[in-house]
Amino acid sequence: MTMALLQIAEPDEAPKPRERKRAIGIDLGTTNSLVATVRNGIPLVLPDGEGRPLVPSIVRYREGGVDVGYPAMAKQASDPQNTIVSVKRMMGRGLADLDDDRRFPYHFVDAPGMVRIGTRSGVKSPVEISAEILRALRVRAESQLGGPIDAAVVTVPAYFDDAQRQATKDAATLAGLPVLRLLNEPTAAAVAYGLDNGSEGTYAVYDLGGGTFDISILRLTRGVFEVLATNGDSALGGDDFDHRVFCWIIEAAKLPPLSPADARLLLVKSREAKEMLTGHDAAPIVATLSGGLSVNLSLTAETFTAITRNLVQKTLAPVRRALRDAALTPANIDGVVLVGGATRMREIRSAVAELFGQPPLTNLNPDEVVALGAAVQANALAGNRDRDDDWLLLDVIPLSLGIETMGGLVEKIVPRNATIPVSRAQEFTTFKDGQTAMSVHVVQGEREKVADCRSLARFELRGIPPLVAGAARIRVTFQVDADGLLSVFAREQTTGVEASILVKPSYGLGDDEIARMLQESFAHAADDMKARSLAEAQVEADQIMTAAEAALAADGDLLDSAERAALDAALAELRTKRAGADADALRAAVEAFNRATVPFAERRMDRGVQRALAGKRLDSLV
Amino acid sequence: MIDFTRNHFELFGLPARFRIDADALETAYRALQSDVHPDRHASGSEAERRLALQSSARVNEAYAALKDPVERARYLLTLSGVDALDETDTQLPMEFLERQLERREAASDAVAANDVGALDAVLDDVRRESGARELELERLFDARDTGAARALVRELKFLNKVAADVDAAISALDG
Repeated sequence: MTMALLQIAEPDEAPKPRERKRAIGIDLGTTNSLVATVRNGIPLVLPDGEGRPLVPSIVRYREGGVDVGYPAMAKQASDPQNTIVSVKRMMGRGLADLDDDRRFPYHFVDAPGMVRIGTRSGVKSPVEISAEILRALRVRAESQLGGPIDAAVVTVPAYFDDAQRQATKDAATLAGLPVLRLLNEPTAAAVAYGLDNGSEGTYAVYDLGGGTFDISILRLTRGVFEVLATNGDSALGGDDFDHRVFCWIIEAAKLPPLSPADARLLLVKSREAKEMLTGHDAAPIVATLSGGLSVNLSLTAETFTAITRNLVQKTLAPVRRALRDAALTPANIDGVVLVGGATRMREIRSAVAELFGQPPLTNLNPDEVVALGAAVQANALAGNRDRDDDWLLLDVIPLSLGIETMGGLVEKIVPRNATIPVSRAQEFTTFKDGQTAMSVHVVQGEREKVADCRSLARFELRGIPPLVAGAARIRVTFQVDADGLLSVFAREQTTGVEASILVKPSYGLGDDEIARMLQESFAHAADDMKARSLAEAQVEADQIMTAAEAALAADGDLLDSAERAALDAALAELRTKRAGADADALRAAVEAFNRATVPFAERRMDRGVQRALAGKRLDSLV
Repeated sequence: MIDFTRNHFELFGLPARFRIDADALETAYRALQSDVHPDRHASGSEAERRLALQSSARVNEAYAALKDPVERARYLLTLSGVDALDETDTQLPMEFLERQLERREAASDAVAANDVGALDAVLDDVRRESGARELELERLFDARDTGAARALVRELKFLNKVAADVDAAISALDG
């Protein structure tokens, strides 16, 4: 029935060892990110030099550079406005979409399309900030795999819309990753889980991350992972539970309005308390704020359950919707898999157990399972065949795609939960004689009104042959690829004229903007080099000054007062340049100081030789 | 990779008729996707990847059309030159329309009363009627009664729209 020509390999041609591709899976999370690979057929997370598997998804723009992960995390309370946490929540989102932007202490800049953040290193887009995290993970993987990455799979929440997916892909491109696929997080977890257990049946994957919630219903049969339905909330996660604790602290301790630093400190304390409550009945919250105010509270598990109850409930409505879309009831589900650090909360576990009437499966680490599944998929996509690769993922589009029609209403073109890749065509016609252009507004969402859906793009179809009204037949094809990303093509049917499409993304970034960021990241690399050069010159200056001070203390008597004054002046000059940020000036000062100290160094050498000779003579006397 | 000139049934190697072997359809679908899915060609050339994307989308389109009874009926009619959803003939039996009107009223009353259970009941009722009519379709296609099959497809499409609207109302209340 089909031609498999492209898959034919010569039977006697053994794969050469060098042909094995360096393939990685990346879980770009709201709170933490990870990179994993498959080694000897086993997926594993690549830890940092200290054995830590997670990279906190925190980026700090400091003087002269960027920190990612733990070093950035250490400064989140002292430098909150330049230390960006939870950037995933801002991907593909405008300022108006961030329902609670006051929660973040950042200088938000409202820009067309995506929100921007003003930092000491300039205005940054969420794509650029995410790219810093991805770059750090790429560097980690390259150093451990011994060379450049050939294939990467980056995971996204299943409920991410087109704008959020495009933003993630752009960030990976910016970070220099060869992305073969965007993979839905619950599907990645199902791969890691399913292949590990050889499971068959219908599973629900409940994935509550730091800032996103997904529910996917999958059927696993004979090596096929088929997503039946997915649903979720791309702005609901563990962060929101922290925020509830934070609000409780403010109320319980009757705190006045807080500075950004104090707010960040209390959010960190809130998170620690939430985490402690997964294994304890109460958690202390102790903090000293900048004004000298102190907080000393105890949060009981009972209170925590009460203040977060409606958040837990908020995750259950999408679960019911996904079940309805899959035409299933909880009794049809063979197993429930919990994914994401936030599913460690007892409130979540019991709510999920109650809804499905069975205890959830938690035998894989909920923090790592997504990255592991992504690594398995990357390995397979790269063509590394070292485990039984006869499995296939069939995923779906989470939200319907539609176009604007008369009266601001939406006509659905691709329904939610359609298996991807999917392509649907729609015919349009002109309503005026000689009309040569028309505009199409593409939206994503389930609501009837355009205003309630997300605007993805406005297309202008130009070059339509001028015909009488209603005679032109323009066939517009909407194609969603395996990454869940949309493309649109148009063709006039009666004449075969291909209409050109002018894409104006409502959200996300234009190609020009990506090109600019790429250029900036090259400039950024130049900045990094400059910073390194300065650091090296500073180390050299410090060594020289220390040596000179020790020499002057030991042999200062070799200099007369004028010579001593000149040397002190040169040392003072060096110290001034050392405090600056100009590497070239500092190098010049080091050189000048070296020249000024030559006579002193020679005299010291002579004295040393004489001492040595004197020593020898003494020795020889013995 | 696949022959784009083949119709949905030919693509899966199945006879073009309403009664379908669901297992055979699924087996053929999986075999095809195993060959053409973009994941199988992720490391290929750009042209290969584009062809995989188009082929896989085509296979998904065909599968979706044959798996669902109403869509399958509509497609069969299209193959015999009948456009079941032709806009120039929008006639539906009066008693059918009255029944749907009653359902819509019941649904809007349930929304006003914030009663998800009542909406679920309406949805079940619509689905029961759809299920019964799908069985009726088998008989009509067996009897080669294209005209009656076409009328029934139009009613089933209408029922699907009612079900989708009730479902959306449930989601709105439950969210």
